This record gives sequence, structure tokens and C-alpha cells, in this order.
Amino acid sequence: MTDLKLYQVGTFAAGNRLVDLELRSVQAHADRANSITSGHRACQGCGEALGARYVLDAAMRAAGGDVVVANATGCLEVFSTPYPESSWQVAWLHSLFGNAPAVAAGMAAGLRALGRETRVVGQGGDGGTVDIGFGCLSGMFERNDDVLYVCYDNQGYMNTGVQRSGATPPAARTANTAPLGPEPGNAFGQGKSAPLIAMAHEIPYVATATVADLRDLERKVEKAMSIRGARYLHVLVPCPLGWAAASSDTIRLARLATESGIFPVFEAEYGEVTAATPIRRPVPVDEYLRLQGRFAHLFGKHARPDLVARIQAAADRNIVRFGLVEAEPRTGS
Amino acid sequence: MDHPFAITLDVGSSRANKTGSWRTERPLYVHNQPPCNRACPAGEDVRTWLYDAEEGGDAYERAWRRIMEVNPFPAVMGRVCYHPCETGCNRGQLDEAVGINSVERFLGDEAIRCGWQVTVDQPSSGLRVLVVGAGPSGLSAAYQLARLGHEVTIIEAAAKPGGMMRYGIPEYRLPREVLDAEIQRILDLGVHLQLGTTVTDLDATMREGRYDAAFLAVGAQLGRRAHLPAGTASHVVDAVALLHHLGEGDRPMLGRRVAIYGGGNTAVDAARTAKRLGAEESVVVYRRTRERMPAHDAEVREAEEEGVRFTWLSSITQVEEGSLTIERMELDETGFPQPTGVTEQLPADSLVLALGQDSDLRFLDGVSGIEVDHGVVTVDEQMMTGRPGVFAGGDMVPDQRSATVGIGHGRRAALGVDAWLHGRTTAQPDDAAPAEFEALNTWYFADAPRAHRPLLEAVRRSSTFDEVVQSLDADSALYEARRCMSCGNCLSCDNCFGVCPDNAIIKTGDPDTPYLIDLDYCKGCGLCAAECPAGAIRMAPEDI
Ligand SMILES: Cc1cc2nc3c(=O)[nH]c(=O)nc-3n(C[C@H](O)[C@H](O)[C@H](O)COP(=O)(O)OP(=O)(O)OC[C@H]3O[C@@H](n4cnc5c(N)ncnc54)[C@H](O)[C@@H]3O)c2cc1C
Ligand SMILES: Cc1ncc(C[n+]2csc(CCOP(=O)(O)OP(=O)(O)O)c2C)c(N)n1
Ligand code: SF4
Ligand code: SF4
Ligand code: SF4
Ligand SMILES: [Mg+2]
Repeated sequence: MTDLKLYQVGTFAAGNRLVDLELRSVQAHADRANSITSGHRACQGCGEALGARYVLDAAMRAAGGDVVVANATGCLEVFSTPYPESSWQVAWLHSLFGNAPAVAAGMAAGLRALGRETRVVGQGGDGGTVDIGFGCLSGMFERNDDVLYVCYDNQGYMNTGVQRSGATPPAARTANTAPLGPEPGNAFGQGKSAPLIAMAHEIPYVATATVADLRDLERKVEKAMSIRGARYLHVLVPCPLGWAAASSDTIRLARLATESGIFPVFEAEYGEVTAATPIRRPVPVDEYLRLQGRFAHLFGKHARPDLVARIQAAADRNIVRFGLVEAEPRTGS
Repeated sequence: MDHPFAITLDVGSSRANKTGSWRTERPLYVHNQPPCNRACPAGEDVRTWLYDAEEGGDAYERAWRRIMEVNPFPAVMGRVCYHPCETGCNRGQLDEAVGINSVERFLGDEAIRCGWQVTVDQPSSGLRVLVVGAGPSGLSAAYQLARLGHEVTIIEAAAKPGGMMRYGIPEYRLPREVLDAEIQRILDLGVHLQLGTTVTDLDATMREGRYDAAFLAVGAQLGRRAHLPAGTASHVVDAVALLHHLGEGDRPMLGRRVAIYGGGNTAVDAARTAKRLGAEESVVVYRRTRERMPAHDAEVREAEEEGVRFTWLSSITQVEEGSLTIERMELDETGFPQPTGVTEQLPADSLVLALGQDSDLRFLDGVSGIEVDHGVVTVDEQMMTGRPGVFAGGDMVPDQRSATVGIGHGRRAALGVDAWLHGRTTAQPDDAAPAEFEALNTWYFADAPRAHRPLLEAVRRSSTFDEVVQSLDADSALYEARRCMSCGNCLSCDNCFGVCPDNAIIKTGDPDTPYLIDLDYCKGCGLCAAECPAGAIRMAPEDI
């Protein structure tokens, strides 16, 4: 057979019986590390549990299993380690809510002093990363510590009951951004983009990813693991509880977030964007918002098309800014 | 107990926590019926043979054998079937239907090229079955009956087997070497074929041949006549007779200007044939509009490309030498054509009538139990007539008339005959739920526009009987097979295994049940079902 490129589900699904084992994702392998294993107490359909396994299994494969992990307080820590149980099948250390990047940096320094090749991953939720842990993270970047830091962004402080974080999107309902008044939900114009701030530190590698594009996520982890110094990966992980969405919609929501332009997927090296994942099947932001109870107040009886339009405008800006429609969309083959 | 530095407590695994107890719904792997399978009149398991073919190489033979389970004519059907499977195909709602028919043809041609054969795997039953008519339906039944171990004799009136596949469908759509090869493969199973013999009295033939059962498939050989006032010098022939002569190797004389009356596939075949026989003008006269024409779109298009003209909304009222009187029609509210009184002349040296065919059932006169209604024989679900042990199928029973339908009848009847001979009833057909397009997650399918079969260049089309529609090359055939979305059945993409946040799916390595749900840990989130490309997982409520 010649160079036939199409393989049915191409590179979109986890595996593909028509291609060599090596070309399938890490997740398609029955012997994957399962870094976070069954029995954890994450909600049904938890994007964070899924994202953490995707990332760490890929990191484990890239580093031949020689990985240690520092984990900030948050859902990921709480649902995985109620004493005496642990879901972790990697060497894993719980730190505080606000210091995981610093702990990871210390682990890297210690291992270097011991002459060990062990690789270090730091990880936390968006609250632990973009809010309380942000000083530690910035320091880790500035010193170019040899750590891959991963933020699992579920856009709120989910573990403590869905409070607003610096990563909560405008108009979203949280426990402390009520859907009331002229600007219901979270305020527009606040919050921050941690990936762009990470880029401003001109560290070797910054990337965003989602649980909807496994191959892209794994490739980025693998690439990050091939680099030394400070690396930052920001992964969108929908939260059925905090977003008031169906547990079966977790991956669909992540996909709609990228296809609408709301969550740009890109990578950057030394402060420059080097690649962006083009939109394949464009959708208006409505399709993304309507599936989530946290945006329910934008629709229905007292609909707020003006606010939906502002969210659309922000998505359109991302599309222009990151060139999300310019490049050739992926065909999957 | 000794602990490493700074460790004071033992840890247990969270696997002690059986989160399966949270579940209110459980995922189930399903085997739903894809629309291609549902639509195939021959009963092919299209999805599964495409699944085999997708592997290419050695798997082609596996795919071919799967077709051969139900249809002994992959190379023929891969050319002449009207492919309702493609009309039903879910991929049509995404971009364009999978080219099922072209892959079938590719496999059929591979089989001929490589000399693949089938065998009889059942011990001989010692029972004798008569088949009347060697058209697609009779041959299909003979094939199945032979493989079931029965001794089969086909009695056929014509000089060669094939029925309308030989004496109807023209060569430019079905090269005779292909037909001959697939018929020979059936005969090689030990089927007796008695050519040039017309059955005139079924009771007598059955008695003399000591047959235990019979399958009748005499088709519909009689061209329907219209009552047209015609002068003595006018040249009127019917399309079936014309094509029959052609099938015998004659080149009938039709003249320079030929008109064809009718709107079905036979009319189009006659018109395209007239062109190839040298007619400068070949005009199809039809009473309704193109939209209402029963002929298939692709064939009308191909005919137009070859220079065949169509006059819609026209009926013929008078036939004279060299000319026809045509009356313009208009459709009433019910879509029925009504005369307008406006007439015109159409010059024509001959007129070919393609107004449908009737079955010649005289050989059944006096056979007790057989019921004929509207010119066709009544049969039950097993294709048995009112006479026990006598079955019928194909064009002579009430159903759609196509070779594929006939093949399906032949197989169903063969199973019915076999069951009847053994005093059993046949197994109920499986009633799997339909695999709906909405259940698929089409995001996962790679973008893949359809590969179409190339056509012979137009100059050679209007002067020769060379095959018009060409084969897909090997790469394109494999590509086309891989466009299949495996509707309602697992395609082993590992996506469910990948997306479960609870690692609650086990990969077994067994191709028959590649995945199992670990109900100790499955929380019932439904992600596996939502993200299965093929819609092969269903969420079912737990009893709680
Ligand atoms: C011009 C034309 C084009 C067509 N094109 C297509 C196509 O592209 N695709 C498609 O699917 N279908 C097509 N059809 C329809 C298809 O050919 C028929 O539906 C199909 O052949 C019917 O199969 P059968 O076995 O019932 O009958 P036939 O194919 O008609 O076979 C019946 C056989 O029985 C023999 N026979 C009849 N009476 C007796 C007797 N008393 N004793 C012994 N033998 C007897 C006949 O000689 C004949 O060989 C076409 C039909 C025509 C006329
Ligand atoms: C210093 C400190 N303040 C507050 C808390 C309580 N606390 C624990 S987790 C958490 C929120 C975690 O949010 P995020 O980091 O986004 O992770 P998520 O639970 O959403 O995954 C808070 C406020 C704490 N543990 N420590
Ligand atoms: S995509 Fe495949 S399984 Fe689905 S209807 Fe088409 S041919 Fe059949
Ligand atoms: S997700 Fe893939 S592997 Fe799982 S059932 Fe569906 S087709 Fe099969
Ligand atoms: S994804 Fe896992 S937990 Fe969710 S329903 Fe499927 S098997 Fe169960
Ligand atoms: Mg969070």
C-alpha cells in the first residue's frame, strides 16, 4: 500500500486499530501509568481527574516513569487522597494551596543536588495557580527552575463550593458572583490570562490545551518534557458541578470552548507564540454557553443577548489575535 | 514497621473505594443495525465487511467472504445494484455517503483476479431441489441451497444463464466476463444447470425429476404493449426483446432516429443501446417529468452525456412510418399526467416500447394452491407459495424489481426450503435497534471527501459497449472503506477507554468483546457514550 493517509478516526480519537501502536495516544495503551487510578472521589465526568491522568501519564511515558509531583490544595488533591487512600500511582506530594510552584522548585533543586535525573511536575487548580500561588509561580518562572507546572483550569474555586477565581469567565454565576443586577454573574473586564503572563516571563515553553484534544495535549506534554527550565501548561478542564453542566458534556464543552474561540489553544517559546490550533468546525459562543447552568441567566425569559454579544466579541478577538481561522484546519489524517 | 524517611503512615489505594455505587446509569456496548445494512435488499452486513476491508491486504478476502455469505454476486452487484445502502448511509448526512457499491465491486473483482472460491461445508442431504430460472434470484437460491448440502438442478429456458443480468442489462454496465465468472463459481459448487429447457408444467417437471421442493424465479420476460394505432409499415419493438437479442449477440437494426417510450431504467438502457447501435438520434418520450421518472438519476445523467435526448410530459398517440404523433401532457394536482390536446410530430424510424414487463406464469396453470394476484405469485415471509414446498421469488412475486431484491429473495427462500425440508421453521431475523445518525459523534471522523469512480471518456461511450463506469484503484477503494463510520458498532478506537475519568473501562485484547465496563468503579457519567464516535455505547438506567 502506498502512503494512504486516512485512517477512519484519523488522529482525533484516542486510538485507531488501523495504525501502529506507537502512533496511538498514551491513553490508548492498556499499560498506561494510570497515574491517578480508580476509586477517587471526583464528581461524575470530572474534567480535572481526566486532565491530570492525561498529563501525568504522558509525562511518565516521556520520562520513563521517573517523575515526582507536587500538588496544590484543591479538588484534585482532596478527591484523590482521603486518608488512608491514595489514587496516585506516581510519587506525589501534597503541598499547600498557595505554594506548589515553590515546593516543586525546591524538589527540583534538591534532586539536582543529589545528582538525580528525576523530573518534577508541579500542579494545581486555577485558584491555586492564577490567584494565591501566583507569586510562587512567577518566582519559579523568573528563576527558570526546571519544573513543568500544570494548571488545571476549571474556572473557579470548586473544592470550596464554586467561588470566583481570577480565571472565572465574565457573566458566569459562582457562589459569590450572583446572577443579579445589571451585570449578572462575574464582572466583565477582570481576571487574567495566566498563559500570557507566563509568556511575559520569556520562559522556554508555554502552552494551552484542553481535555477535548488528547493528541495535542499529549504532544505538548511530551514536548515540555523534552525541554529543561521552567515550562507552563494551562489545561481547560470543564467541571460538571461548578459549571452546572451534564457530566457527559465535559469533553464536548472543552471542544466547544475551542471551536468557538473562547479558549484559544496555542503554544509559545521564549515569549513568542509559535503555533495555534485552528478552528475546525466554527460555532457561535451560544452553543457553548447554553449547555451550562452557570450561564443560564443569559438565556430564557430575561435573556441578555447584549452580554452574549460581548462574550462573542471576546471570542472573535481571540480568533483574530491567535490566527485561529487563518491556518489550514486539521483533517485528522 | 519500617518506613522511609519522613513517612509515618501507610497508604492504601483508592481502589478500595468502589465508586460504582454512585451510578444511576450504566454504559452498555451495543450492536445496532446501521442503515446501510437495513437498506440492503440482499441482506448484506455492509458495516462489518467494510470493517474487514478497512485493514486492506489479506483482510480483503475476509471482507469478500462475508459478502459471499449472503450474496454470490459482489462483482456484478458492485456494478448494477441501485445501492439503496448508499441512499441510507449515515455518512450522507455528514458529507457524502460511503461508496459502498464501489468497494463491493473492488472486492468482487479482487476475488475474480485472485481466483477465490467457496466450498460446500455441509454434508449432502440427499434431497433434490428444483430451481426454475437462472436469473439472479434462481442463482442465489441455488448457491445457498447447494451450500446447505442439497442437490440442486436449475432449469433455464434461455441458451445461457443470468436472466436479465445477461438478456436485459447491457454490456456497457456489466461486462459479460464478470457475470460469467460469478455464475461459474456457483456452478462449481455442483449445481446442475439444464439450459434451453422451458418448464411448461411444474407438476410434471417435479414429478419426473423426483424433486423434494422447488424455487420458482422466472422473472418478468413479457414486454408490456401499449394500444397504439400504428400503420403497417411502422417499426415497433419492445425493449426487453431488443435487449434480449443484443444479449444473444445480435445487433438489431433500428434506423437513424429512434424513439423510446417509457421512463424506467429499461427505457434508458434501450436509449443508450440505440446510440451505441448507431442511431444519430435517440429520444426518450415520457409522460411525466424528470423528477417523477422512475429511472435512476445517475443513469439519466450518463445517458444525457452520451447524447440521449428526453422529451418530458409527452405521450405517443399515433405511430406512422418515419414519424410519431406526440401529445403534450400536464400534471394534475395528484401528479397524474393529463392530455392537453396539443400535438406535434416527432420523426422516428423506429419506436422501442419500454412500458414495463409481465411474468409468463402459464407453467403454473393447474398447479393447485398457487395464488396469482395482479400477475404475480403470492408468497409468505419464507417466500413459500400457497403450495407447500414450492417457493418463489424475484420479479415474479410482489416486491420491488431489481437484481438485488431477487438475490435477497433467493437466499430467504433457500433458508425457507431448507427449513421446510427438515420440518423446521426459519430463525427470526434479528431486530437490533437502528443505528441513528444522531447517536454518532462525528467530530472524530477525519475529513474525507468521497472518492468517485471514473467514467469512460464520452467518445468511446456512444460508439462501443465498453464498460462506462470504471473501478476505483486499490488506494481509493481502501480510502472509501475507511470513510465508513461503523454506525452503532464499535470500531476499536479506544476512545471510551481513553476518556473515562475513572479508568473504569478495561481493554480485553479480545476482538469480539474488546472492552468491558468495570462496574466497581464506573460512576455512570456517560462520557464514554457521548464521546464514542460510532454510537456504540448506550446509557441504560440502573434499577435503583
Ligand atoms: C433492461 C433492464 C435493466 C435492468 N437493470 C437493472 C440494474 O441495473 N440493477 C438491478 O438491480 N436490476 C436491474 N434490472 C432488473 C433485474 O434485472 C431484475 O429485477 C432481475 O433480473 C429479476 O431476477 P429474476 O431472477 O427474478 O428474473 P430474471 O432475471 O428475469 O430471470 C428469470 C429467468 O427465468 C427464465 N425462465 C422464465 N420462464 C421460464 C420457464 N418457464 N422455464 C425455464 N426458465 C424460465 C428466463 O429465461 C430467465 O433466465 C433491469 C431489468 C431490465 C429489464
Ligand atoms: C491558604 C488557604 N486558603 C484557603 C484554602 C481553602 N481552599 C482549599 S481548595 C480552595 C480552592 C481551590 O480552587 P482551585 O485551586 O481552583 O482548585 P479546584 O478545587 O477548583 O480544582 C480553597 C479556597 C486553603 N486550603 N488554604
Ligand atoms: S457510515 Fe458505514 S456503517 Fe454507517 S451507514 Fe454508512 S456504510 Fe453503513
Ligand atoms: S469509543 Fe471507540 S472503542 Fe469505545 S465503543 Fe466506541 S468505537 Fe468502540
Ligand atoms: S466514562 Fe467511565 S465512569 Fe463514565 S459512564 Fe463511562 S465507564 Fe462509567
Ligand atoms: Mg479551580
